[in-house]
Amino acid sequence: MYAPHTSHDIEQMLAAIPAGSLDELLRVPDSIALKEALDVVPALPEYLIQRRFEQLARENTGVGYRSFLGAGAYRHYVPAAVAALAMRGEFLTAYTPYQAEVSQGYLQAIYEWQSYVALLTGMDLANASVYDGATALAEAAIMALGATGRHKILVSRAVHPNYRAVLRTYCDGLDVAVDEIPFSAEGTTDFDALAAAVESGEYAAVALQSPNFFGNIEMPPASTQSSMRASGTIPVAVVAEALSLAALATPAAWGAQIVAGEAQSFGVALAYGGPYAGFIASTQEHMRRIPGRLVGKTVDNAGRAAYVLTLQAREQHIRRERATSNICTNQAHCALIATIYLALLGKTGLRDAAALNLGRSRELASAVANVPGVRLKHAAPFFNEFVADVGRPAGKVLAALRERNILGGLALGRFYPELSSCILMTATELTTTGDIKALASALEEVLHVPAAV
Amino acid sequence: MSPPRSNGSATGVPLIFELGQEGRANRYLEEGKPLETFLPPAVLRDELPLPDNSELDVVRHYTQLSHRTFGIDLGFYPLGSCTMKYNPRVNDAIVARREFAELHPFTPDELAQGALHVMYELERSLSSLFGMAAFSLNPSAGAHAELGALLIAKKYFKERGETHRDKVIVPDTAHGTNPASASMCGFKVISLPSNERGRVGVDEIRKVLGEDTAVCMMTNPNTLGLFEEQIAEIASAVHEAGGLMYYDGANANAIMGYARPGDMGFDLMHLNTHKTFTIPHGGGGAGHGPLGVAAHLVEYLPTPFVTRDDGGFRLDFDRPKSIGPMRSFWSNFAHAVRALAYLYANGAEGLKRVSQLAVLNANYLRVKVSEFLETPYPENCRHEFVASAQRLKKEHGVRALDLAKALLDCGFMAPTMYFPLLVPECLMIEPTETESKETLDAFVEALRAIVVRAQADPEALFAAPVTTPVGRVDETRAARQPDLRWRPAQP
Repeated sequence: MYAPHTSHDIEQMLAAIPAGSLDELLRVPDSIALKEALDVVPALPEYLIQRRFEQLARENTGVGYRSFLGAGAYRHYVPAAVAALAMRGEFLTAYTPYQAEVSQGYLQAIYEWQSYVALLTGMDLANASVYDGATALAEAAIMALGATGRHKILVSRAVHPNYRAVLRTYCDGLDVAVDEIPFSAEGTTDFDALAAAVESGEYAAVALQSPNFFGNIEMPPASTQSSMRASGTIPVAVVAEALSLAALATPAAWGAQIVAGEAQSFGVALAYGGPYAGFIASTQEHMRRIPGRLVGKTVDNAGRAAYVLTLQAREQHIRRERATSNICTNQAHCALIATIYLALLGKTGLRDAAALNLGRSRELASAVANVPGVRLKHAAPFFNEFVADVGRPAGKVLAALRERNILGGLALGRFYPELSSCILMTATELTTTGDIKALASALEEVLHVPAAV
Repeated sequence: MSPPRSNGSATGVPLIFELGQEGRANRYLEEGKPLETFLPPAVLRDELPLPDNSELDVVRHYTQLSHRTFGIDLGFYPLGSCTMKYNPRVNDAIVARREFAELHPFTPDELAQGALHVMYELERSLSSLFGMAAFSLNPSAGAHAELGALLIAKKYFKERGETHRDKVIVPDTAHGTNPASASMCGFKVISLPSNERGRVGVDEIRKVLGEDTAVCMMTNPNTLGLFEEQIAEIASAVHEAGGLMYYDGANANAIMGYARPGDMGFDLMHLNTHKTFTIPHGGGGAGHGPLGVAAHLVEYLPTPFVTRDDGGFRLDFDRPKSIGPMRSFWSNFAHAVRALAYLYANGAEGLKRVSQLAVLNANYLRVKVSEFLETPYPENCRHEFVASAQRLKKEHGVRALDLAKALLDCGFMAPTMYFPLLVPECLMIEPTETESKETLDAFVEALRAIVVRAQADPEALFAAPVTTPVGRVDETRAARQPDLRWRPAQP
């Protein structure tokens, strides 16, 4: 229970108040008082709590498998120093740094995070964080709605399906329509369709993801960039694999004004989906529409450099119903983890990690493509994941691989009915040649059995 | 002349970008081939202007920053409505287990049964503890759950053909997220003034109820720390008007084992597990905001929802009436693990004890603080209370802000200030159950000494804090000349 009260303390404190009993202090009207026994898990001593969770942990058998899963959540090496620093109690148990004088360390770390994100994305500025990549996209859309006064959003079908679903959840609340642009046989956004769609001038934003959900790198050509510009549609870049930013041309290079991203790849645990670290970066013109917290550098009353939460007039605790977003608690600690990860790897380590991801995923792609019956679906350049077409229902192939202790990737039919024979496969710096050989030979075995008619 | 400093340094800590030399980074991985080996130059970036630092330099840098950061581990956090209680270390140890930390969200259900079991047990326990039919673990924080709840309300009314219901009633004591969340669903906000007893009156709420009422958002106890005794009557009135009741669970630490939002008549609620259930606040997240609903709203909950059948636990995405997903992946799962571990540390009786001692601590502090500051609602409070520095301001020009900054010099975090908005020069204090009587006594004596000093020498307080790494910060300059990032020197 973690409360320090002795019975003597309780007596003394009740007498000081004065109150006859604890029940007297907590009494509520009879009509609403609790009447039934609560059905809550039983109280256990700490060693049995550990044992209970050890038991539950063992039921997560998938963790021991060779895994080729990615699709918005990536397995990367995390230096031991990340947890050693981030789990320091001063950081872990701090509140939101409203009291700047006793929060300079955390505020500086957030300022460093904002700087890292701005440098990686090529944007002018970035916020302290949002919940995750999907909500970053939704918040970016809301920024664009406010900036343009329009009521529709356009999104590429090659954007992560979960992100698009969350975008729709948020837009439903605002009665905003979300339309989708198809992708080409290349596995990249159909830019002709994009240009045709934005021409009407109805869309506040167009969202593109690079590398897209299929792993392919998207680079809107100059003609597409000028269509977006001419129609006043705000280009929003979505980044689900943040490590790619260390290698690829920045979203700024193709005219993105807002970048909505997920930084889980920077040292944040997979943890079955969260907490992760969403971010929003933008050009200067959108500064006052950006949601969530921003840390600024200023001076104290003796003229020394100091950091503080700033531009708070955008936020819910000041603006209430006129705020740019309702976000309050965000993902500060995940952003801190990412900052420390970036500091440790440095420019050199990030380049290495990106190159290793490019290398291992190509090794995987060629091993898989050599398996009879498998072909690579797309020819576009990819980062660390790609689509393999296994020529039969992908779900069944993956189930057969699981019997061999392999998580072969993600079946795409769940999100794209036309890709029901396709698997999204991912390799990172942690994927070994042994893993790749094991997958290739298992696939060969599985596919060697003729498909049931 | 600037005041003496014990901990300040003229230069502060340099930015990580101002340290290091190219090529100095520790090698955690093999050397990678040139990027041009894999990709055409057109898709590659030109430069990557990030620093290379040795591991030791990085460790020193962030350790130094931690020394300039206050957390619960360093001292008392009397922060009203934030429930900054001790964060048990066993929870972090459990979360660090490889089988939780390395579990991929797309792991098939049959290979992630442990994780689904955790979510199921937490969901069932929360439902019983708060009297709701079901909880979604999808939302990432309290405000996120508020948004989810209002999206549910919007969809519910739409399906009933009642799209004219576009008003959300919010008492003036409500958290700022309530009206902001309402706006994100296109609702119009009606702010309801509290009565002289700091409560929402049934008659006052009847005046604003009507055919356009969608939702009434309340917290109980409210942010003055007062229990809304007429909550059942208020809920009946809202229901009679056809509206829904939403419970902001930020103050749930006051009611466990005594009352449940479901029994009070609430249809929707959220819980901040990063408050009530000891998830570390982490400097502003990540949070975790389970969203509870009464039986008639279960099918609207966000997807996915964890269910149990003969085959075990599974993530159910096939819920046609759902508002849809609210986040990339299922839940802030690591926090669900922590919350469940905390439930195991307490059980039902332990949680009741938590609320008892939280309320005991608050009342003890209230009585002691009322010896030297006004407490505008002089009656027993629940988990928190408000005090006011109005008299000090009038007589000596010392504001709540000055008292708060002086507390920082005594090694205490400042209370929540200037909230709720209806109390002038407000200090909102919530001690939580994990603080000892000795800590509360030390806090009272520090605050008492500050008030005495404010009467004798107000100027001294205007300079506070003086022992912290920096003094009062120029917020106006920060807002007028925004400097939000480091920039590399132009070549």
